[in-house]
Amino acid sequence: MKTKKKKSIWRKWQLYLMILPALLYVILFNYKPMYGLIIAFKDYSFRQGILGSPWVGFQQFERLFSSYWFPIILKNTLTLSVLALILGFPASVIIALMLNEVINNRVRKSIQTILFAPHFISTVVVCGMLTLFLSPSSGIINKVIEFFTGNTIFFMQGTTWFKWIYVLSGIWQEAGWGSIIYFAALASVDKEILEAAQMDGASRFQRIIHVNLPALVPTMIIVFILNCGSLLGIGYEKVYLLQNETNLMASEVISTYVYKVGLENNSYSFSTAVGLFNSVVNCIILVAANLISRKASDTSLW
Amino acid sequence: MEKLRGKKMSLNDRLFVCCNYLILGLILVIALYPLIFVVSASVSDPVAVTSGDVILLPVGFTLDGYKYIMQYQDIFTGYANTILYTVGGTLLNLAVTLPCAYALSRKDLPGRGILMKVFIVTMYFSGGLIPMYLNIRDFHLLDTRLYMMLGGLVSVYNLIVSRTFFAGISWELHEAAMIDGCSDFKIFAKLVLPLSKPVIVVMALYYGVGHWNEYFNAMIYLSDRGKYPLQLILREILIQSKIASTILEGAGGAGLDAGSMQAMMQQADLMNLIKYGVIVVSTLPMLIVFPWLQKYFEKGVMIGSVKG
Repeated sequence: MKTKKKKSIWRKWQLYLMILPALLYVILFNYKPMYGLIIAFKDYSFRQGILGSPWVGFQQFERLFSSYWFPIILKNTLTLSVLALILGFPASVIIALMLNEVINNRVRKSIQTILFAPHFISTVVVCGMLTLFLSPSSGIINKVIEFFTGNTIFFMQGTTWFKWIYVLSGIWQEAGWGSIIYFAALASVDKEILEAAQMDGASRFQRIIHVNLPALVPTMIIVFILNCGSLLGIGYEKVYLLQNETNLMASEVISTYVYKVGLENNSYSFSTAVGLFNSVVNCIILVAANLISRKASDTSLW
Repeated sequence: MEKLRGKKMSLNDRLFVCCNYLILGLILVIALYPLIFVVSASVSDPVAVTSGDVILLPVGFTLDGYKYIMQYQDIFTGYANTILYTVGGTLLNLAVTLPCAYALSRKDLPGRGILMKVFIVTMYFSGGLIPMYLNIRDFHLLDTRLYMMLGGLVSVYNLIVSRTFFAGISWELHEAAMIDGCSDFKIFAKLVLPLSKPVIVVMALYYGVGHWNEYFNAMIYLSDRGKYPLQLILREILIQSKIASTILEGAGGAGLDAGSMQAMMQQADLMNLIKYGVIVVSTLPMLIVFPWLQKYFEKGVMIGSVKG
């Protein structure tokens, strides 16, 4: 029996060879750096290397928890990601439900093309557009506000507007694209149930609420859990570009802080500790969200 | 669906359909307006843009912005680099991801569950910025074009999507090919790949867009300006408002004192004109390509396919 199994493994050598390059990459570029995480518990210096640097235990973490920035970056990260999640999530579902009511295929596809377009625009360009549109001297949005109220709003200055700029531009960019997954799921809704509902006198709106929407729930839960898994892994790419000295109290998040202390100030060990803290909290949130969902609805990632 | 439509719609339903189109129309305007405005502003008289006269269509048509962009050497270099990173990187991505996804989709492969988990773990846990940076440094890949193509070689999300697609190819076809004595390589190349156009297209698009729009890794790992991709040059122009002084001096200010108020205002106007122009120049390729591939998008979505 054992030799037979061995033989079957050998017969499949070509399949293993197909996996090998990807596996090697993941080992060398994803798993190997995980070993580098030990510098979070050391005082890393370039000269002594990862192994040679002295151990300092949890000193880096203590430094993090007692630092001035810790409560600020934690609060900002959570504010931005929770806001983006609870506002962005329904937007995609509603767009999918509305698109599903457009019966003409050509019209529907054209609408989708336009709604997908913002997704293909780079972060740098979106942030560039934001600064141009919101500019107090020449931006179109301020021109409109000026026309109606006579005032000018300094959107990019100060902490008031940052979260709304971040979240609303994110919805503009991703709501249409995010609807694909729900739209695809709607294709599997049983037509007979829809017809039966109509026979019973349900209006179109009622059919959406009572048939289509419940059909999306499993997909919504999966997407929700996946998003929870990256709650603290908020996209630093966009936050970093929108930052300036005046809005830092609202815009500094964990990942931008990791970048600044790490690569701008060269505090390698401290930065790694902050990143590790982030990862661990992410994993805890993911596992918790998955557990709750499995208890509550029998839908889970694993 | 036919039956549903066959019945005459009630007033209530007709009202609903109207509202649906109305709101969709509004959403369309929100999605599209910023894009139209950028294009219009890029070919308008910059003074009209600054004063708020440009609402939807261009005012005082001019191609000056594009003229200056054409003289901008950095943009050309950035463009060439981005094309290299996008084409080279995407080809590498596909060459590694597709065979791996296919092998992992084979039900008769011992150990595929464990191998899949090895990949999935990396979706949720990583070494983080600094350990990754030190790792790249140890491999002597800092400031190299190679790493700009090699970085993110395997996206586990894409791996799962293409594995799900391959798993849907009929097993009978496999068996027939095996009875004919085809090797696994041959089955993949001659049988599976020709049937997999949708997933190949979607993967190429996902990876390609990722490379085209990437700036953060380039910012961290590159120091030589000659290797900068377009997005890093865009960042200088759009976010940091840094435009080569040769371009600004060559423009507008002729006949005015360099420091005078008027010259500065002209320069600011020109700067905005160039900004709108580079947005168009850098974004257009993606916006032209993706609608042609749209029919494949739903293939690229993972629904309930996360489970091993």
